[in-house]
Amino acid sequence: MKVKGIVFLVLLGFITICTAFNYGFKGINYGIAADSVRFAVPANFPKPVYDFKDNPVTSNGFKLGRILFYDPIISKDKSISCANCHQSFAAFANLDHAVSHGVDECLGTRNAPPLFNLAWQKEFMWDGGVHHIEVSPMNAMTNPCEMATDLNTIVSRLQETKAYAPLFKAAFGTTEINSQRVFRAMAQFTSMLVSAGSKYDKYIRHENGGAFSPEETAGYALFKQKCNTCHQEPLFTDLSYRSNGLDIQSEDIGRDSITHLEADRGKFRVPSLRNIELTSPYMHDGRFETLEQVLAHYNAGVKPGANLDPALHQNNVYGIRLTAIEQNQLITFLKTLTDRDFVNDKRFQAPE
Amino acid sequence: MKKNLLFLACLIAITATAFANPPKGKTKDAKKGNLAVHFKNVVDGKDLKLNDSTSFYKNANGDDFKITTFKYYISNVSLIAKNGDKVAIPDSYFLINAADSTTLNQQITNIPEGKYTGITFTIGVDSARNFAGAQTGVLDPAKGMFWSWNSGYIFVKLEGESPKSTAKKNRLIFHIGGAKAPNNTIRTFTQKFPKTLKISEGKLPELELVANASALFQGKTTVDFAKLNFTMGGPNSVIVADNYADGLFKITKVKN
Repeated sequence: MKVKGIVFLVLLGFITICTAFNYGFKGINYGIAADSVRFAVPANFPKPVYDFKDNPVTSNGFKLGRILFYDPIISKDKSISCANCHQSFAAFANLDHAVSHGVDECLGTRNAPPLFNLAWQKEFMWDGGVHHIEVSPMNAMTNPCEMATDLNTIVSRLQETKAYAPLFKAAFGTTEINSQRVFRAMAQFTSMLVSAGSKYDKYIRHENGGAFSPEETAGYALFKQKCNTCHQEPLFTDLSYRSNGLDIQSEDIGRDSITHLEADRGKFRVPSLRNIELTSPYMHDGRFETLEQVLAHYNAGVKPGANLDPALHQNNVYGIRLTAIEQNQLITFLKTLTDRDFVNDKRFQAPE
Repeated sequence: MKKNLLFLACLIAITATAFANPPKGKTKDAKKGNLAVHFKNVVDGKDLKLNDSTSFYKNANGDDFKITTFKYYISNVSLIAKNGDKVAIPDSYFLINAADSTTLNQQITNIPEGKYTGITFTIGVDSARNFAGAQTGVLDPAKGMFWSWNSGYIFVKLEGESPKSTAKKNRLIFHIGGAKAPNNTIRTFTQKFPKTLKISEGKLPELELVANASALFQGKTTVDFAKLNFTMGGPNSVIVADNYADGLFKITKVKN
């Protein structure tokens, strides 16, 4: 009888462990070493928007932010972390997910944006409703279709998890845990997600590995001719809100939900093209799966919606005419914006 | 021995510096006093009771309603001195919550001694703090007065029910906020005191500030709950803010 009981317990334990591994859950390692980090402005970048004055990046602050980013304790049922929809290998976008997938199998309405070069952003989200990097995670935390919790719950859960008090002390001097410290630690992590190590960057900065092929050179010339009105270098977005003619009438009112202006209906923030090779699917609702589909849209799919951007309606032509050869050249250039060093940077990955 | 001498020399140097610069600041600094502010929430003269199922209030349009939540920020308080000068109270942010009686009695501290004839403050939170990132204290977004999807504070929050409301479960949801044109809802309140207020060190004079919740629904625009029962920023919030700009607050008592 006794032996049977022991065998049963061992078996149960074995099954539990197997199940856990099956789901890929390895748990947070709160004891990771603090990486030495420093925020630096790349030579070809402008001055960042975030001034870091009240929240300078420190090794321990960054480490705490990284742990918080990967800890599912932040969501209602403790099942989802920031990293669920912001995956490092997808430049912190959500690979293969047209729209975000929150707690209780809830499907959102918009595509999770990639996270990088956030310190240069004045506004956040597809509609620009969030004005500051520090409070930008609150959106996902409190949205009933994403993490579905509230700040008081998050703060008290962190207070109840023994590992956090020493992490907050190391980051901020005392063990106190409040929402401001949570947000500031996360901002230290997210502002450090700087992507400026692509082949394009090396080309611009005349560094090794930056030699463009004839195809890439041709693509870059085309890009400067046809795309950079909206996708301005070096961030590859002018951070404005525009309609690119996806629909005659947009189902999602976009920027209008923030400004309450008819003229902003169906407009969304111009996304960066950096790491675009890794962040499929595309557009605010993730409707296109490939870059070929995106360029096909600009070539022949632009619809004359009410607020269509004037740049996409010139000389009575809707969209941007591109031959098949030009489309290939552009895609070849867009792939020079992929930053492998960034997506492979261990400091940004799960603290396991 | 050498160490001791060095220590002595340092001590003399420090003492000498201290005497050479007498603490001028202290004599120059005006004395400071505090002021107790008692908030009284009402609906057109009747005491505001949350979740009162026995009796409904009536808005100016004649619509019955009850209130389940009533919260508001006031900030950037200045007292108006007898000579007309505005004396700003630094870092003055207050969150009043009808459901939490401890928030009804507030203190404004560090006011220069003197006589004051009036008060002015922002109904809500100034623009700078709306865009300044993660705040703490009464401005902690955990207080439930911060929009996550459209960053910024909710300045005045009133929730309730009205049989006239066409919303789900007859709900009334008025979350007034927004610090950007054209839907800026920051409003300033200014009033002369019914009698001169004296601030002096060691004393605690009192103000009674009455907040009339029904001011949201009357004034410039009479609100019909069949037509307006939900707003979270935008043009409808501006309508409500324009209503309460003058009528929400009234200083009823000054006790020196």
